[in-house]
Amino acid sequence: MSLQLTPDGRLRHLLTIDGLPRRLVEELLDAADSLRGVALRGNKKLPLLRGRTIINLFFEASTRTRTTFELAAERLSADVVNLDVASSSTSKGESLLDTLATLEAMHCDMFVVRHPDSGAAHFIAEHAAPGTAVLNAGDGRHAHPTQALLDAYTIRRHKPRFEDLTIAVVGDVLHSRVARSELRAFGILGAGELRVVGPRTLLPPAIEELGVQVHTDIESGITGADVIVMLRLQRERMRGAFLPSEGEYFRRYGLSAERLKLAKPDCIVMHPGPMNRGVEIASEVADGPRSVILEQVSNGLAVRMAVMSHILGAQVPA
Amino acid sequence: MSKVLIRGATLCYPHLGSERAVDLLFVPGQVLGMDPKPSQVRGAEEVDGRGRWLIPGLVDLAARLREPGATHKADIRSEVTAALLGGITHLVLPPDTRPAVDSTAVVELILRRAREGRGATVHAIGALTRDLGEEALAEMGALRAAGCIAVGNIGRPLGNSNLLRRALQYAASLDLPVHLQAIDPWIGAGGVAHEGRVAALQGLPGIPETTETLALARDLMLVEEAGVRAHFARLSCARSVALIADARRRGLRVSADVAMPNLFLNEHDVLPFRADAHLLPPLRTSADRDALRAALADGTIDAVCSDHQPHDPDAKLRPFPATEPGASGVDSFLGLGLKLVQEGVLSRSAWLERAALAPRRILGLPLPTLEAGALPDFVLVDPRAEYTLDAATMMSRGKNTPFRGWRLPGRVDLAVIADRLWIR
Repeated sequence: MSLQLTPDGRLRHLLTIDGLPRRLVEELLDAADSLRGVALRGNKKLPLLRGRTIINLFFEASTRTRTTFELAAERLSADVVNLDVASSSTSKGESLLDTLATLEAMHCDMFVVRHPDSGAAHFIAEHAAPGTAVLNAGDGRHAHPTQALLDAYTIRRHKPRFEDLTIAVVGDVLHSRVARSELRAFGILGAGELRVVGPRTLLPPAIEELGVQVHTDIESGITGADVIVMLRLQRERMRGAFLPSEGEYFRRYGLSAERLKLAKPDCIVMHPGPMNRGVEIASEVADGPRSVILEQVSNGLAVRMAVMSHILGAQVPA
Repeated sequence: MSKVLIRGATLCYPHLGSERAVDLLFVPGQVLGMDPKPSQVRGAEEVDGRGRWLIPGLVDLAARLREPGATHKADIRSEVTAALLGGITHLVLPPDTRPAVDSTAVVELILRRAREGRGATVHAIGALTRDLGEEALAEMGALRAAGCIAVGNIGRPLGNSNLLRRALQYAASLDLPVHLQAIDPWIGAGGVAHEGRVAALQGLPGIPETTETLALARDLMLVEEAGVRAHFARLSCARSVALIADARRRGLRVSADVAMPNLFLNEHDVLPFRADAHLLPPLRTSADRDALRAALADGTIDAVCSDHQPHDPDAKLRPFPATEPGASGVDSFLGLGLKLVQEGVLSRSAWLERAALAPRRILGLPLPTLEAGALPDFVLVDPRAEYTLDAATMMSRGKNTPFRGWRLPGRVDLAVIADRLWIR
């Protein structure tokens, strides 16, 4: 019934955070804890995935995300192949299923997939050969589960009890797979209060039904928050159809040092990157003492190692 | 041609009074009469009608046949046959073929192929505007002369209100009915699912109900002003039903239909990214579905159609937003209609009214009779027989259906329109 979970509750694929049991999410975060040391020491590899092949299948350009998946796989001793399909055969008219079949003929163990269409990872998992795992590295507006896990992991390192936390996700929630997966993950971990903040043009209409509070005013939205997640505003949204201008967006929704004072004194500030400084976030906040943005990047490595090991059935040493 | 005798069937013709058991004798092309004398039936092939219903042929107000332009999906011959075997004796082809039905050559091609197809009778709707575009009126007079029963914009938004206004005035001058599908070209453009809870969760580009209601409100105003006879196609939400009801109260003579899937499914049926449930108009909330059912029951919505849109397998074998919308519908049209009766949504006579008689009135076709000399246009159906809808039981070339695996009531034992006869 569940495409991504095995009957005994392990991940066969990771396509979405939706529907994951809390126990499993916590297990993945615990495994990331054990792997963090290795992730940070670049010179040491674990033999957990020796002899396994992982294909990074990116239908949408993304150097940063692809690099962290590549590094994660290499630190686990897997063989990694990078395939930027955006510039390869699919643009020559080959169908997605043909591309998959060709790659499966090379006997790989896992596809790490990024695709511009919501549901693409799910589609690939449905049609992949048995025994080939799919790890969703971002599909359209739908999900970016490893980003949500690494953000949850980062929060947990600073503030271990989610029940006590007020978390505000600020910006373009409508087009954001990161926001969708985060809201799910934080909900599963029992977050005390979840808020989304942004203009109505950038919020999905039925978002309240997901159990979040909606704020169209950033100042009420971040007041008393323990965690603020600033979302990236994509350039094409700024050209007038969703927002009047970058400048107006920063004035209404940008996170400045002054505004940050409304949050709790120990509030942490996160951003999935890449940032638009001066559009959604002021440089002094991005580089300031509350920012954990660079820590997110290094945690991303540990979390992706944990997910890959779990899916491919390797035992992470405690 | 050899005679056929249906013996002991239950006559269910709501417009001809109460049901009763009949024997019916006919040859392809002509009804010979009910309850014939023994001398008349000599040599006739007998079909057992006991326990079966003899009903007027169903009329489908929207069936894409994919010809011309997309014969890798289906073709006129395959689909008119599938329709007849599904109990449909008349179907309406929307004008969004490729090229669009905006020239006499296309109309003639379609009607010729349909005659060769030996299945359901095809009625073509001509394009309201040239190439269904935003620039110029289509040659409506020529389209009617070539055989179109109406003109319309089915399947395409028409944003240019000024052009629409003139098109409606022009159609009114020709006393030509128009079939309109209300779609705003900008709101929800690029959307693939109802803008609601499920689309929000799944990150699917949404189609808000204002895509439909805004265009419908405008269209109703223009229809009222032009005084044209109008039919509104494929209502998908409760607010559209309210707009139609309100227009009727103001005295407008308009009719409306709903597509069968919107009476059974809702936005949750696209989970998890089920391409077969990618439909336009989209599946909306369960409250919308209930309102559509209620409106069909009380007559605010006059008719139900299959909105048949057969596809090749590749059209649905992609990530959800990249799949082509639409469901193959002629195979399940009768079964789902009977299911509405079983579920108590409609009485049997109300179902026949909505799926067979009202569509004829909308199209200006005569209501079928069984008098001697009448054109055969009826179906013999076993309401108790059940089957599983799947690729093996579907006769359409398009196997794309959100109802795959459903157990459906109603087996067609015999269907006939004019001289085209099919017996199981």
